[in-house]
Amino acid sequence: MQPLLELRNLTVAFDTERGQIRAVQEVSLSVYPQQTLALVGESGCGKSVTALSILRLIPSPPSRVLGGQVLLEGRNLLDLPEKQMQSVRGKDIAMIFQEPMTSLNPVFTVGEQIVEAVRLHQNVNTKQAYEIAEQSMRDVGIADPDKRLHEYPHRLSGGMRQRVMIAMALSCQPKLLIADEPTTALDVTIQAQILELLRALQQQRGMSILLITHDLGVVAENADAVAVMYASRIVEYASVYDLFDAPQHPYTQGLLRAVPRLGAVGQRLAAIPGTVPNPARFPSGCKFHPRCPKMNGDPACAGVEPALRQIEQGHWASCHHLPDFANKPITRPATDAKRAEGSAVS
Amino acid sequence: MSDGPPRADQPLLQVRDLRTYFPIKRGLLSRTVGYIRAVDGVSFDIHPGKTLGLVGESGCGKTTVGRSILRLTPPTSGSITYQGQNFLAFRGRELRRLRRHMQIIFQDPISSLNPRMRVGNIIGEPIQVHGLARGNEKQDMVAALLRRVGLEESDANRYPHEFSGGQRQRIGIARALALSPDFIVCDEPVSALDVSIQSQILNLLADLRQERNIAYLFIAHNLAVIEHFSDEVAVMYLGRIVEKAAARELYANPKHPYTMALLSAAPEPDPRRKTGRIVPGGEVPSAAHPPGGCPFHPRCHLTRMAAEQAQAGESTVVSVKYRGTETLVSLPVLDVGGTMEIESGGQRFRVLRKCATQTPPLEPKQGEAGHLAACWVTR
Repeated sequence: MQPLLELRNLTVAFDTERGQIRAVQEVSLSVYPQQTLALVGESGCGKSVTALSILRLIPSPPSRVLGGQVLLEGRNLLDLPEKQMQSVRGKDIAMIFQEPMTSLNPVFTVGEQIVEAVRLHQNVNTKQAYEIAEQSMRDVGIADPDKRLHEYPHRLSGGMRQRVMIAMALSCQPKLLIADEPTTALDVTIQAQILELLRALQQQRGMSILLITHDLGVVAENADAVAVMYASRIVEYASVYDLFDAPQHPYTQGLLRAVPRLGAVGQRLAAIPGTVPNPARFPSGCKFHPRCPKMNGDPACAGVEPALRQIEQGHWASCHHLPDFANKPITRPATDAKRAEGSAVS
Repeated sequence: MSDGPPRADQPLLQVRDLRTYFPIKRGLLSRTVGYIRAVDGVSFDIHPGKTLGLVGESGCGKTTVGRSILRLTPPTSGSITYQGQNFLAFRGRELRRLRRHMQIIFQDPISSLNPRMRVGNIIGEPIQVHGLARGNEKQDMVAALLRRVGLEESDANRYPHEFSGGQRQRIGIARALALSPDFIVCDEPVSALDVSIQSQILNLLADLRQERNIAYLFIAHNLAVIEHFSDEVAVMYLGRIVEKAAARELYANPKHPYTMALLSAAPEPDPRRKTGRIVPGGEVPSAAHPPGGCPFHPRCHLTRMAAEQAQAGESTVVSVKYRGTETLVSLPVLDVGGTMEIESGGQRFRVLRKCATQTPPLEPKQGEAGHLAACWVTR
């Protein structure tokens, strides 16, 4: 199967007064039709920069794409003139953000904002656009959409605003939705509603989702495949089952152990020592080595950055300490894995 | 007034019927047109060296409880007893003296540290204000505190912006520890931190609890964190505690439908989890206009199910599948006053009349001793 979106060795840098910072390095990933790929990592790992680079939403300068390709159905978005890129944004690829308040314009009603997006991409008159807006608000579970259309964003709760953002994003039937921490600012019961909504909409419309998150619980519930990012690189890539059943990279293993789980009263948590590295001062060699329990003074860890190698069928990781690591093939990670039917939480 | 060590058999802190209302002002003359009942009748005890976890969604009043106990936000009514003394009666110098024993750690480690002060002064200031030590002696205390929370002595000369989020939270903890408190309010202490850092801070707080016999009021929205860290857990909804029990008991055997919903909504790092999920309809109502009766009834799945059963004239016991286990819900049909229709989130539902009209008290439920819940429906 042909991936809908493919990143090939994308490297993005920022020019700062203190020199160049490479926020994203040689990132390759593939999102297949109807698939949800989760890009998971902690603050500063480069996951949001990756997402914004796909839509070319980071101003240049200070950012610069140093290399790589962003292929949407085989077409390199990085080569498109800005005019054509505008028709990609919103129409082919839509994006929703963490903070639904700052991404809605406070001086326009939500209806006006959705209609603007609809009229930009579809050849319809205002009345038809309002009908489309009303329908897409109904699709995301907003009660009384005909009345809500005329409300201003400040009148809506956080969960409702995120629904409006989703309605706006989906009003033009995009093929790919990029969701950057879509539920991080929401309460757990509202988060559950929004995640369920995304799953249902994906099934109905067959769109693909690139889900950016730091929350492994959200990954486990919504993703088909997972890319784990640490300090600007993908360090592990696998189907959601393989990743949670048999994590290979010491960072992924540490993260999974560090998450407090329900039903574990009073047990001591496993912690990853040290701190998340600052992108301006990445360590040499494997960027995880100062925090890694497997390093054990191995000079290779501090000296040589391990490439992402295929450890098994459909499973990639980058760690010198994996068995027979040096002989594994270096390939671009891609898996069209889907989660088993009915295994998602009902 | 005795400042001796707290006795283990007596509660360190007793809170009774705590209420904190914020006036809603309108118009030219700023007339008070109503009140937001942020905290509306909350009672609990905390024993020395123990942790009470306070969990709930945003706007439920959990942060206001923490601030009211320390009188950072003045409570409207109720009583707070610290080591047998009426904390609300103290003024001026005496209040300051008592406050030494009660500290707070905030969620956001950047806005709670003064950016113009060196870390050494941030931690040393309370020591000086309370006259515990000066000069070299103070510096030694600061150095010992820094080492204890996992920082270096030389960090005393740096500014907060030079530290990462997790390190800043360590500075906040060192500042709270500076006066050797018996009680610390931890207000979402790890919510702003990365997962790999979160567990470091939780482990540090747990070690300090053991070493120094510190009691915590641990406020968080993350159920797994609360369960992991607390001896007892109280669940808040719209300014009230709706369920309270020992941590293990609450998670194994929740009695309030809101607790069930919170637990089942929490995403877990397990892609194969298959359990019925209870997603409460609608959203948390405004605390300025809380619904009458049980505040949760417009969103409650139990009262809806029970009302349907009652309407159909069916059995008085409803079973609810929850995280793989079944919970039985009794339905004393004669007692509930029949059913009625309500509107919630733009849709109409049938609920038990009693749920919509009378507020249930926080009362013992069948099961482990000390398990309290405020619900008409659960047995």
